[in-house]
Amino acid sequence: MTGQEAGEREIVLKLSGITKRFGPLTANDAISLSLGRGEIVGLLGENGAGKTTLMNILFGHYVAEAGEIEIEGKPLPPGSPAAAIAAGIGMVHQHFTLADNLTVLDNIVLGTESFWSLSSDRARARKRIRELGQTFGLEVDPDATVATLSVGERQRVAILKALYREAKILILDEPTAVLTPQESVSLFNTLKRFVAKGLSIIFISHKLNEILAACQRVAVLRAGQLVAERDTAGVTRAELAQLMVGRNIPQAKAEAQQPGGIVLRLEHVSVRKGSRHLDDISLELRAGEILGIAGVSGNGQSLLADVVGGVVAPSQGTMAVDGAELRDLSPRVMVAKGVARIPEDRHAEGLIGDMTVTENLISESYRASRFGGRGLIDWTKARVFAKKIIADYAVKCPSPEAPVRLLSGGNMQKLILGRVMANTPRVVLANQPTRGLDVGAIGYVHEQLLAARKRSAAILLISEDLDELLSLADRISVIHRGQLSESMARADVTIQRLGLMMAGQGFDTGSTADAA
Amino acid sequence: MRLEPRADRPLAILIGYPVAAIAASVIFCALLVMLSDVSPFSVLWLIFKGAAGSQFAFLETLTRATPLIFTGLAVAVAFRAKLWNIGAEAQLYAGAVMTVVFGTGFLPLPQPILIPVLMAAAMFGGALMLSVPTFLKTRFGVDEVVTTLLLNFVAVLFVSMLLEGLLKDPMALGWPQSRKVIPEAQLPKLVEGRRLHLGFVIAILAAIMVWFIDRKSALGYEMRAVGHNPKAASFAGIPVNSVLAKTALLSGGLAGLAGMSEVAGLRGNLTLDLSPGFGYTGIVVAMLALLHPMGVIAAAIFVAAVFVGADAMSRSAGVPSYIAHVMVAVSLLSMVTAVMMTRYRMRWR
Repeated sequence: MTGQEAGEREIVLKLSGITKRFGPLTANDAISLSLGRGEIVGLLGENGAGKTTLMNILFGHYVAEAGEIEIEGKPLPPGSPAAAIAAGIGMVHQHFTLADNLTVLDNIVLGTESFWSLSSDRARARKRIRELGQTFGLEVDPDATVATLSVGERQRVAILKALYREAKILILDEPTAVLTPQESVSLFNTLKRFVAKGLSIIFISHKLNEILAACQRVAVLRAGQLVAERDTAGVTRAELAQLMVGRNIPQAKAEAQQPGGIVLRLEHVSVRKGSRHLDDISLELRAGEILGIAGVSGNGQSLLADVVGGVVAPSQGTMAVDGAELRDLSPRVMVAKGVARIPEDRHAEGLIGDMTVTENLISESYRASRFGGRGLIDWTKARVFAKKIIADYAVKCPSPEAPVRLLSGGNMQKLILGRVMANTPRVVLANQPTRGLDVGAIGYVHEQLLAARKRSAAILLISEDLDELLSLADRISVIHRGQLSESMARADVTIQRLGLMMAGQGFDTGSTADAA
Repeated sequence: MRLEPRADRPLAILIGYPVAAIAASVIFCALLVMLSDVSPFSVLWLIFKGAAGSQFAFLETLTRATPLIFTGLAVAVAFRAKLWNIGAEAQLYAGAVMTVVFGTGFLPLPQPILIPVLMAAAMFGGALMLSVPTFLKTRFGVDEVVTTLLLNFVAVLFVSMLLEGLLKDPMALGWPQSRKVIPEAQLPKLVEGRRLHLGFVIAILAAIMVWFIDRKSALGYEMRAVGHNPKAASFAGIPVNSVLAKTALLSGGLAGLAGMSEVAGLRGNLTLDLSPGFGYTGIVVAMLALLHPMGVIAAAIFVAAVFVGADAMSRSAGVPSYIAHVMVAVSLLSMVTAVMMTRYRMRWR
């Protein structure tokens, strides 16, 4: 039930009986929630629990089948983002919706100016942004170009944008995904200042620690239903986890194991692609071990994965598998060398949504003689292979002929695992392998990685989830602005130390490459 | 009003919507016809009779459909790989030029050899015509929509230049036309005394070949993968640029065959009015066919029937044959809408 605290406060936002269906799926099932003035309410739930749907209904992107929204006692007309903004709702998306080539000022006033805006309006806007920044501790130079700002600064701009539109209710969608642990703490302090000034905040996250650190009250969503509302003061992490998932989760545990010989070696690899770059990266990966790469998103992880995946050829340096230096890098060469590649983005890189399960499963091996050879594809054999993978990896899909886009994220990831793990790889490159998955699927991916480790595959695990790295990796390196730190044994690593390194401590700051 | 993706697509919707689209275009045109004080039923009946009311009419429709099958296939093949080939017209003329160059006596070969040679030459010409924009696309990122479209005008002007110069028939009393192809280069007629020629059979075989490539070969798989998601295709190890180059060869070659078939099967020589926009109509045909090679045959016959039927109708009913353009255009618009509706559901509020 609603916590007592909300009862004492003035209610600014009231959702009652919100129901939204997508075909057979009930994304929100009669959800009722209220938010008091000056309160931070956490909205906790796994991916697919209905958090984003609920917020999209609140913001007018979707229209609910049933239910009402009241803001300060007045009903909010459904389906109109303009009405939501006018009523004082401000949304800060996980991926900030900012135009990189415009200044902070332009980004903030964008959409609020009238057609005949005058320069005096801009002067006034600049002044107002400065004032807002000072009041709320969000100082940013209004005339800086967004492209030159750090991720933390961009987030400030996104929040300022909402405040500039006189938001009284802020919705933050997974705001810490792009921040270091230290930056997250500073964000939480900023949020506390907001509520002290009378703002109200909905904080969406699937991370328990953050909810406990930032919120006064937490609402837990599971499979479209509001399963609990608690004051964070009297609740434990374990209890919340249980509520969020609905059952106990056995943690995958890495057994101690002696690593074998070096399988993958990168020596002094440098490459530059647009604004992304890697500077003089060397690493060694041994059979039967997991090397974790930690770092704040956008520090070169994806480029490192592209190099090891054969998508981008390094401009300097060498890469060797089993001691043999690789030339003419291409994805085909890497597949032939026994490198299993789990890409960061399942939809954009891993799978072809409009093609069938079978077609996606053979995408790396369709030219092999076991599927026909000589330029032809024997679809009967391909289907037999697909059925085996579907059974072995417990992929839930209507049929091998179903288009992949109908599958859930977890099943898509199982499909990719099946495709790359089926031929017992020497090296596994896992780039953010659990991003956006529910807890069950995360556990499955972890099990598979540990099983590959046991079969003495060499595993490169790139992840932004520190808990994941700390529970799986044998060694951890930190990537920062294209540079890679020496690896540390897991036993020597703490979250605090990783956080500082992710923020750049211990790296050669003489690098000028990030100036642009 | 808003659109929501459909979770499933029942067969009834997959077939029902396209049929409804054609019906909608017929009804729309009937309404237009009523503006000129003629009974829409008699006009529709006259169109039908003109297109399929007799053996002669039906064979005329198939004759008109032949180049459309080729250009429709050319466009379908390219569009499947998301290579936006708007230049089938230019490739058609390239094929026609090759046919005239090699088919007017330069190669004195017997018919069973000369015809395959001319086909190969025409395919080469068309393929070359599309390879240039495709190379510019893959190498420098030049938008192929612009280059292929503009090459249409370049090609027509180039043909005009050839017809005034190198390829001009000296016996044509100054008309800008090429010499006739030699008898060995002509595609035999299928029915004595009618215009339908072997090109139609070749077009059907080409459609079957394209279908086979699409369904059974690794290349067809690669082309679909590149079309649906080039990034994922490349990540999986499919050489995207090389697949696009092969697609260009196939697509351009098919459009080149349209030019060969028109010259060697129907006209006998090359003139500037060889194609009344077969290359552009090929885009309509391919879209109506939802880019399916077998659908291309049906769509080409439908479009050809509308044009042939409308010509006959305008002679007897006095309604301008431009109604054919309206009918084809409306049917395309309804078809595109119908295809979208098979994927999305409309919700009011």
